[in-house]
Order: sequence, then C-alpha cells, then structure tokens
Amino acid sequence: MGDIQVSGLGKAYKRYPNQWARLKEWIAPTGKPQHQLCWVLQDVDFHLRAGEAVGIVGANGAGKSTLLKLLTGTTRPTAGRISIRGRVAALLELGMGFHPDFTGRQNAIMGGQLLGLAVEEILQLMPVIEAFAEIGEYIDQPVRTYSSGMQMRLAFSVATAWRPDVLIVDEALSVGDSYFQHKSFERIRDFRHAGTTLLIVSHDRYAIQTICDRAILLDGGRMIKEGLPVDVLDYYNAMMAERDHATVRQERLNNGRTSTISGTGEAAVADVRLLNTDGEIADTVNVGDMLELQVKVTVTAYVPRLVLGFMIKDRLGQAIYGINTHRMDKPMLNLQPGEHILYLYRFPANLGKGSYSISLSLSREDSHLGTNYEWRDNALIFHVFNTQQEDFVGSSWLNADVEITRKISGKVGADQA
Amino acid sequence: MSIAMGHALWRYRGFVLGSVKREFQSRYRNSLLGAAWTVLQPLAMITVYTVVFSELMRTRLPGVNDPFAYSIYLCSGLLTWGLFAEIVQRCQTVFLDNGNMIKKLSFPRICLPTIVIANALVNFAITFSVFVAFLLLTRHFPGWVFFTAIPVLIFQVMFAAGMGIIVGVLNVFFRDVGQFISILLQFWFWFTPIVYSSTTLPAAVRPWINVNPMAPFMAAYQGIFVNQTSPTWAALVPSAMLALMLCLLALFLFRRRSGEIVDEL
Repeated sequence: MGDIQVSGLGKAYKRYPNQWARLKEWIAPTGKPQHQLCWVLQDVDFHLRAGEAVGIVGANGAGKSTLLKLLTGTTRPTAGRISIRGRVAALLELGMGFHPDFTGRQNAIMGGQLLGLAVEEILQLMPVIEAFAEIGEYIDQPVRTYSSGMQMRLAFSVATAWRPDVLIVDEALSVGDSYFQHKSFERIRDFRHAGTTLLIVSHDRYAIQTICDRAILLDGGRMIKEGLPVDVLDYYNAMMAERDHATVRQERLNNGRTSTISGTGEAAVADVRLLNTDGEIADTVNVGDMLELQVKVTVTAYVPRLVLGFMIKDRLGQAIYGINTHRMDKPMLNLQPGEHILYLYRFPANLGKGSYSISLSLSREDSHLGTNYEWRDNALIFHVFNTQQEDFVGSSWLNADVEITRKISGKVGADQA
Repeated sequence: MSIAMGHALWRYRGFVLGSVKREFQSRYRNSLLGAAWTVLQPLAMITVYTVVFSELMRTRLPGVNDPFAYSIYLCSGLLTWGLFAEIVQRCQTVFLDNGNMIKKLSFPRICLPTIVIANALVNFAITFSVFVAFLLLTRHFPGWVFFTAIPVLIFQVMFAAGMGIIVGVLNVFFRDVGQFISILLQFWFWFTPIVYSSTTLPAAVRPWINVNPMAPFMAAYQGIFVNQTSPTWAALVPSAMLALMLCLLALFLFRRRSGEIVDEL
C-alpha cells in the first residue's frame, strides 16, 4: 500500500483556434483534428515506495499543480500512466466545499462524505477532529463566523483525520498560526512514520528538507532533476538566479557532497579557505573559536560593482548566518579584468555541534537574483565540536549566564546560587 | 460502463444524500417558518388559480362543468412541467456552477447531476403532496388511477435527466447551448397543452401537438387528475423510447467528455 508508479506521464490541453473549429471536430470526429495540443507536463517518470517522502519543486508554471492534480485523479493524463496503491488524500485546496451557513460539525461531515466516507465513520472520528482543530464551541457555529485561520484548521483536521496511504500536500503546510503550523507539520510527520507515502509541493525549503528523502525539480513541464533534497534545492536556487540555466553546474566535492555553481562569471571565486587563529585550515573547529574566511576573487571582465556575500548553513541547508559587503557598506567599484581581490571575514564560531557549509555569492547588488556573477553553494564544509563549553543543544552558542534566586514562602530573600 | 458509474455513485451516496439535505436546509436557513415555506408556496399557487380562474374568470374546461376542473387541469400540468424544467435548467449549469469543486477535488462527477435531480424530486414531492391534499379536500382524488401517474413520472424524469445531462455537458464546451435551451423551454411550454386544452386548438395545428414529446406526458397527467382515467399507454410509447435513448446518449456523452470537462472549466 502506498506505492506510486508514474511512467511517461504527460498532460496536454486542447487548444482550438475558435469555437467553430471545436464544433467541426465534434461533428466530424473522423476528420482531421482541429485542435493543437498544448503540453504542460511531459515525460514524467518516477517511482515512490511506500513510506517515502518526496518534495516537488519548481517555479510557477513548471507543472507542479498539474502533476498533483493528475495524481489525485482530478484531471486525466493525456499520455503515460499512473498507478497508485491505497487510499489517496490530498491537501490541495483546504476548505473547498465548505458551506458558510452550516456549522463546523455539519461541514466536517460533508467534507468526510466528499472523501467517500460514511456518516458513522465520520461521527466516530468527530472527537479527534474537534480536538485537533481546537476551535472549541465554534464547532457548532456557522462557518461564516469563523476566522480564516479557524476555517483552515478545521479543514486540515478533517482532511487528515484518517491516515491515508498516500498524502499529497500542496503548500498547505502554512495553515494558521505558527503553533498550528507546528502541529500540522507534526501530524504529517507522524503519518510518515506510520508508513504514509508523502508528496509535497512547497516553496518552503525547510519543509522539504526536513521531511523529504528525495526531491524532484520540474521546469517547463519536464522533470529536470531528481535527487537528495539539498542538491535539488541548491540547483533550483541557482537556476532561479540564472533563468536560462545555461551556466549551472554541480561539482562533486571530495567529501561526497555536491557543490552547485552558477553565474555569469565576470567575477569568480578563485580560492576559498577557512582558517583558525593560527592560520591553519580549519575543517574542525571548537565552539567559540575565532575563524577567518578567506575568499580570493578573480575579475575576468569589467565589473561596475561587486558584492561578496557568505552564508553559513546547517546540515539541512537552513541559513544560520549570512552577510554581504553591500550590507556592510563595502562594495567594490569599477573593477577591471585581471584584478584579484582578497576578502577576509572574521567571526567567532558561536555555533552548536554539527557540520556546516558555507555558500558564497558574487553579485552586483544585495541579492543575487539581479546580476549574479557567481553563486557557489557548499563552497566548503566544516565541523563544529564542543570540547570546551558546557554541552548545549541547538545551532547557536549564546553563552548564556544564569542567576537563580530561591525563596521559601513568606520569607523575603534567601539563598542565592 | 454504467456499472462503474453506479458503483461510484453508491460509494458516494453519503455525499449525494448529504448534499441534497444540505441544499434543502440552506434554502430555509435563517427563516422563522423554515420548511413551512415549501408548503406555502404551492398552496398559494393552487389557491390563486382556483380563485382567479374558477371563481373570478369562471374559466371552464370544454365539456366539464366542475368549478375545480380547470384549476386541477392547470396544476397537474404546471407542477409536472415545473419538475421537467427544473431538472433541465439546473443540469444545464451544474458543471459550470460547481467548476471550482470539479477542478480542485477528486470525486465521481456523476454525483453532481444526481444531486440536482434528487433535489428537484424532493421539491416536486412536497409541492405535489400539497396538490394531492387539495384533491382529497375537494373530493377530486382520482382513487387507484392515481398510481398510474408513477410510471409516467418515471419516464418523464428520465427524459428530463437525459436531456439535462446532455445539455449540461454541451454547455461546458459551447455556452450557446445554455442560452438556446432557456429560449427553447419557453416556446416548448406554450407549445404544450398545459394552460390551454388541446381541444381548443385549431384543427390544422392539432396533429402537430403529437410531435411534441412532452405532450403525451401532460395529457396523461391531465387525464388522471381531471377525468380520473388511466393513461392511454400506446400514446406514451414514443416519448418513453425517446427518454431511454436520451439517457443512453447522456451516459455516453458524459463518459466520453467528463475528463475534458475539467480541462475546459
């Protein structure tokens, strides 16, 4: 249960020059077709084993929603086939089919019926739905009196009250406030552990990297990359900066990770190293050590303005810290071909235990989405150990201090620790 | 092919029944009298017809000298025509009205026209019971002949459903169909002996009435309720056959195009 096999999948819409042409085709079905096929998805192949989680990324119009609609069975494929074993649930459009004049309870029942369930089954699960939505007395009020967050919460609770074999989620992870987001995220994770196959479309890097085992990148209706979420997302990120993605390339680093490099190349990173206070290369650093990031940049064509930025990311690709010379008010101006620039960033490694990567960007402005000379993900990797400080959790060392006051009831002032 | 459709409908019976119930409830939500309005509407209609035509205008059916006859004649035609028109008109827009749901959710599409038809039947059942009550009160209840109206009604609903689904599917692709049907229904209504009696028509026109597939249905009801005679079944055969054909065509068209409907909405 929960296997998904997609082979040669494609979807095309029929486009007629006008209504008369359509009529002609309908009346004489054996004649030559009057329509042109407009392909929005082509040659999609993948196989998901039960319990796998896959993220689908891509720009707007890449075909993500079409793919999900095909998987849920809302639209039919023009080419290829899909086979899904087990019950599919989709969080595509939360609250779709809710009727504002009816109470939350009535709408929840309707929502369940729309999923093909019997009233008794829904009534059995009603306490669970109520408890998860946390809308209290409002469950018996008309939905039109709900806040939009409450509506979403109820819709999410209804849609996920039954653990499906396959769950398809489209940007629905951002439901309600951050508390509920956590809760819904948690529920999706639980489903996964229980063996639900998961397909997520999201622009949220965090969501995809923390949940998914794999990611698929769609562009222009085709699958252009499939692999580890970090690699695919880095590639996507670089592609977004490039648009024509002619210069995106990925290099395999000797530690097995992939570095994604893109850009127009007028200025390029010639060398990058991370040094400790003794001037030695620092693969491993201790919490709190002072570090120096050396970046050598070579200019190969005239560059009117150059900004170097670096970003430290954790194992999951989450940004821990990033800064650039634009924000530090130190852009370089009017650089001629043949110039070399050495940048030295100094910072303390106030980081938690774990491995981190450094990404670099050479751009004209603050963002690399404008002119991108070079963007380099995973330019280097380093590991943080903790042998000197007290053992703490998390990715930031805040060097907290503590002061404790102890009081015995009635008496003011007491022992101080 | 229709077996799979029937199976899907059965699986979603909860949704269909729930939707019917919900639509019925939503109509009288926030009203004090609630469902009483469903009864009051047809009651008002019958009263008006009886008072205006029988008492004020003294309209009499040719050859019948009963003050209630014309009002019964009118109601037996109007109520059943109303059922036909409601099914056709609501089926005509059912896919367009639920476009959002069709595009976003995966469920058997055949549920949608089924809900519309079921709803029309519920409305009809209520209005018609008021009519039956009126017949009982005025001692015009036709007795056992009443039950011969049931097969007539079944074929008429099939006729309406078949036509409605065909028009509904076509209307997604060609909006002209919807416009055309609204005009057609108006002409059709006046071309069917509902308000007038076919005997009042000029002899030259009378044979043409037989071309109208709705006329035999109407004549059957009028015969049952006014003259208390069971219908002449032979006259109903062509219309019943047409109803069957329309249903088959509707199923065929729906199955062929239901995938495309989603893309077109």
